[in-house]
Amino acid sequence: MLLIDCPYCGPRAEIEFAYGGEAHIARPAADVSEEEWEAFLYLRDNTKGVLAERWRHAHGCGRFFNALRDTRTDRFHAFYEIGTPRPDVGDAA
Amino acid sequence: MQKFSAFSLARQAMGRHLGWRPQWRSVVPKPSYDIIIVGGGGHGLGAAYYLAKQHGLCNIAVVERGWLAGGNTARNTTIIRSNYLFEQSSSYYEHALKLWEGLSEELNYNVMFSQRGCLMVAHTVHDVQVFKRHVYANRLNGIDNEWLTPEETKAFCPPLNISPNIRYPVLGAALQRRAGTARHDAVAWGFARAASDLGVDIIENCEVTGIDRDPSGKVTGVQTTRGPIRAGKIGVSAAGHSSVVLAMAGIRLPLQVNPLQALVSEPVKPAFPCVVMSNTIHAYISQSDKGEMVIGAGTDSYVSYTQRGGLHIPAHTLEAICELVPDFRRLRMLRSWGGITDNTPDRSPITAKTSVPGLYVNCGWGTGGFKATPGAANLFAWTIARDEPHPINAPFTIERFRDGTLIDEAAAAAVAH
Ligand SMILES: Cc1cc2nc3c(=O)[nH]c(=O)nc-3n(C[C@H](O)[C@H](O)[C@H](O)COP(=O)(O)OP(=O)(O)OC[C@H]3O[C@@H](n4cnc5c(N)ncnc54)[C@H](O)[C@@H]3O)c2cc1C
Ligand SMILES: [Zn+2]
Repeated sequence: MLLIDCPYCGPRAEIEFAYGGEAHIARPAADVSEEEWEAFLYLRDNTKGVLAERWRHAHGCGRFFNALRDTRTDRFHAFYEIGTPRPDVGDAA
Repeated sequence: MQKFSAFSLARQAMGRHLGWRPQWRSVVPKPSYDIIIVGGGGHGLGAAYYLAKQHGLCNIAVVERGWLAGGNTARNTTIIRSNYLFEQSSSYYEHALKLWEGLSEELNYNVMFSQRGCLMVAHTVHDVQVFKRHVYANRLNGIDNEWLTPEETKAFCPPLNISPNIRYPVLGAALQRRAGTARHDAVAWGFARAASDLGVDIIENCEVTGIDRDPSGKVTGVQTTRGPIRAGKIGVSAAGHSSVVLAMAGIRLPLQVNPLQALVSEPVKPAFPCVVMSNTIHAYISQSDKGEMVIGAGTDSYVSYTQRGGLHIPAHTLEAICELVPDFRRLRMLRSWGGITDNTPDRSPITAKTSVPGLYVNCGWGTGGFKATPGAANLFAWTIARDEPHPINAPFTIERFRDGTLIDEAAAAAVAH
């Protein structure tokens, strides 16, 4: 089980959290092309390496936040607030 | 190819079994092939077999980064059924089920396909309504599926606890009698052996690291850890690594990979006659021919390429199984493992051409593609050979996500399937 460090509550067990998928995906304007709408809804990088992702502390403070996790090892490299830029952790493993 | 039969077994026994030869040729990659299949799982090996057998194309290589069928083919719980809700899906899975029914003979290889029946157990009013809808939809499409009362369910599978007092009581079950299990390795090995015999080169320990294209964009070959190999066409059947391989040609796929776990118990005498699936409590169970209870757990929520997941997921499944089959409370679990499942948003697969000329993909089988192995292989071969899909796999494009023509088995099953 993952140990997830909520920026608001501190480290808690994974079962307190809900996964929110790839982070930094901005909703496009309503009049975009079908391709852009498809990309927003469905296409993902599905990164093998450092992935920026969202978690929600569903059974805690209830808030969303972002994390950097290496999907080759499941090791977390950063936790940061929604709306702040992705920290640089290089090619972490 | 050495033909397998009772007679050849007896003859080899006389020679103290020293006369068996390897089942497929060990090869050094040639500089160029007409077609390269990326991924030596059941789907990729099967596609190579059908390309050679049905389309007469034999200058083919299957390129596998590890050993044959060490991916999800080796890691799944081998449930085979075709009772999916939507017409597009049920005709695809039924195509596969029909091929399963003749596969051991076709390949001269015992894939141990056992049609022992699969019960999908209902625990809530919603389950009952959904499964009955499946039963009616399947029967309209000529696919066997029937509704059983709790007592009939118990008669078909006596170890089940149908007491109304358990947390998730058995309110009935949908039964597909033609469903069952097969031996996972045997399918891959059988396809490998038959394909190799038809001239297909099977290249293990050879990871594709790049896809080469000419100025028009058409594929010209692959870069691998054993050097470059030229190819006229490339078919990617890389399951958990489909996004990684397709990204080499600049294609983003509607896929996310999640760990899916399974575990087996110590072997015991025959004690469980069929396959039982419970979507609501996330438990899938059958008994292997070795005697182990083979148990499929739920999916971990996050993207991961590690081939492992959290222990709370199988623990949850075991709690459910202990209540559903109280006899199993004293069974000890021997091994657990995980695989990387490639899931699409609608939980239906993709078997299609891509936007890159000469590049084809078969992926998105996620948590449920073992049952499709011969069917997907067969239709992927068709799609590659003719440069157009067969009518059965025509709806399973990448573009359905742009066009909104989803095949929403995710909503139909409400869980991994
Ligand atoms: C725990 C678990 C339980 C499951 N239970 C069931 C079930 O009961 N019933 C069912 O129908 N399905 C089930 N599935 C799903 C099923 O296992 C898969 O959908 C199916 O086996 C996929 O077959 P495949 O041949 O496409 O994939 P794989 O066997 O994974 O083959 C893909 C191959 O591609 C290779 N590859 C990847 N990248 C590269 C590269 N760059 N170069 C060369 N080779 C590469 C991999 O090494 C791998 O061998 C389960 C899966 C898991 C993990
Ligand atoms: Zn919190």
